[in-house]
Amino acid sequence: MSDAPFIEIRNAAKSFGALEVLKDINLTVEKGQIVAIIGPSGSGKSTLLRAINELDPLTSGEVWLDGVQINKDLPFRQYEKHVNQVRQDIGMVFQHFNLFPHLTVRGNITLAPKMLKGLSDKEVNELAEEQLKRVGMLERIDYYPSQLSGGQKQRVAIARALAMKPKVMLFDEATSALDPELVEEVNLVMKQLAEEHMTMIIVTHEMGFAQDVCDRVLFMDQGYVVEEGSPDVVFRNPTQDRTKDFLKKHLQGQN
Amino acid sequence: MGLDFTVVPKFFDVIFIGVGWTVAITIAAGLLSFFGGIVFAVVALYGPLLVRLPFRLFAWLFMGTPLLLQLFLIYFGLIQIGIDLPAFVAGVVGLGLHFAVYNSELIQASILAVDKGQNEAARTLGLSRGQALRKVVIPQAVRAVIPPIGNNMIALLKDSALVSVIGVAELTLAAQQAIGRTFRPFEFYVTAAVCYYFINLALEAGLRRIERHIQLSR
Repeated sequence: MSDAPFIEIRNAAKSFGALEVLKDINLTVEKGQIVAIIGPSGSGKSTLLRAINELDPLTSGEVWLDGVQINKDLPFRQYEKHVNQVRQDIGMVFQHFNLFPHLTVRGNITLAPKMLKGLSDKEVNELAEEQLKRVGMLERIDYYPSQLSGGQKQRVAIARALAMKPKVMLFDEATSALDPELVEEVNLVMKQLAEEHMTMIIVTHEMGFAQDVCDRVLFMDQGYVVEEGSPDVVFRNPTQDRTKDFLKKHLQGQN
Repeated sequence: MGLDFTVVPKFFDVIFIGVGWTVAITIAAGLLSFFGGIVFAVVALYGPLLVRLPFRLFAWLFMGTPLLLQLFLIYFGLIQIGIDLPAFVAGVVGLGLHFAVYNSELIQASILAVDKGQNEAARTLGLSRGQALRKVVIPQAVRAVIPPIGNNMIALLKDSALVSVIGVAELTLAAQQAIGRTFRPFEFYVTAAVCYYFINLALEAGLRRIERHIQLSR
């Protein structure tokens, strides 16, 4: 198993009723790699990301992480158990943060480790402090989410995911809902994770960030991976017309 | 015959005990209606069909029939099938279940209104369905309906007067006992009304405290 890719998606397809949103997608990600998925809205990039941790299970195809098949075909109860287990290895950060508003920052971070890893109060508190330090939010540990700005919320959400010590982090448009001036603080945290060689798959609209941070870029359109390569290739010398169109529109929009 | 409130102080002990029972019933039935409401809501939304259907019938029964009749049924009716409840317990069960059904309707709607992303975030961390419901969804759903549940609690306090008919010596029955001995209905009903009013003020103050307490965490 050691030479198998860290993350592998094989022949992934997904439809909602008659609507096919993912069509025969293959993707491998090596440990420590950072992959950006870009593309117009409705291209299936979020669905692909959400298929990796079974939030939107594939219709067909396989998802593997570190030698374990995520989307195993099991009887309901076993499937639930399996999924609850493997999800602990997959951190996810959402566009709208999804912090738990009834818990403090500390409560948000300690909830899952306390319930699932059997850690003591002291251990989870240390864990929370350690992760909050990492995202520069330690001084807000006893605040409620309603008392934080969008950027702060997202940094806490990242710390919450990191506290489970995941093998991979998925970012689903983590900065899309933020005011422009708050984007940078979240980007900085993500860059820092990149420097620590966290494996990351990032769905983003920020071409600049993708270019700076990512090892590989996937351009998706209408459920297909249209183009794939290093940021230099995809952004500077795209071979597909659809990629060129998309980038042209996007870069115009930014100027 | 004029009004004479000077007889009232002689019955302060009776009234005081009545207030005590009214408060006790309201607290016990209120707690039952709150936690029962949560359990009912979960059963109604996620229970297996075989549990859900009888539950609908039970809820319909409690919402569609008079509380007074339910109290009679629980206290006098159940004896015939061998369930002999003390009057206080019968009153708490009747009031508590009746309002639990109303609270359950509120909580059900509120559970469905919790943002889907909350459940997704919890599941993504590895929590099971049950854990996500218990630790993430229900606490938020309940917080969102604390004000209307508070209104139900106030209604419950007032409806606790009904348990006088099954012989619980709460405030209304205490007033009636005093009236039976003095033939002064006006004085004692007014006294009871004033007592209800003050209990209500205390209840409302408590509810406001709870609302303030959860304000940040919503």
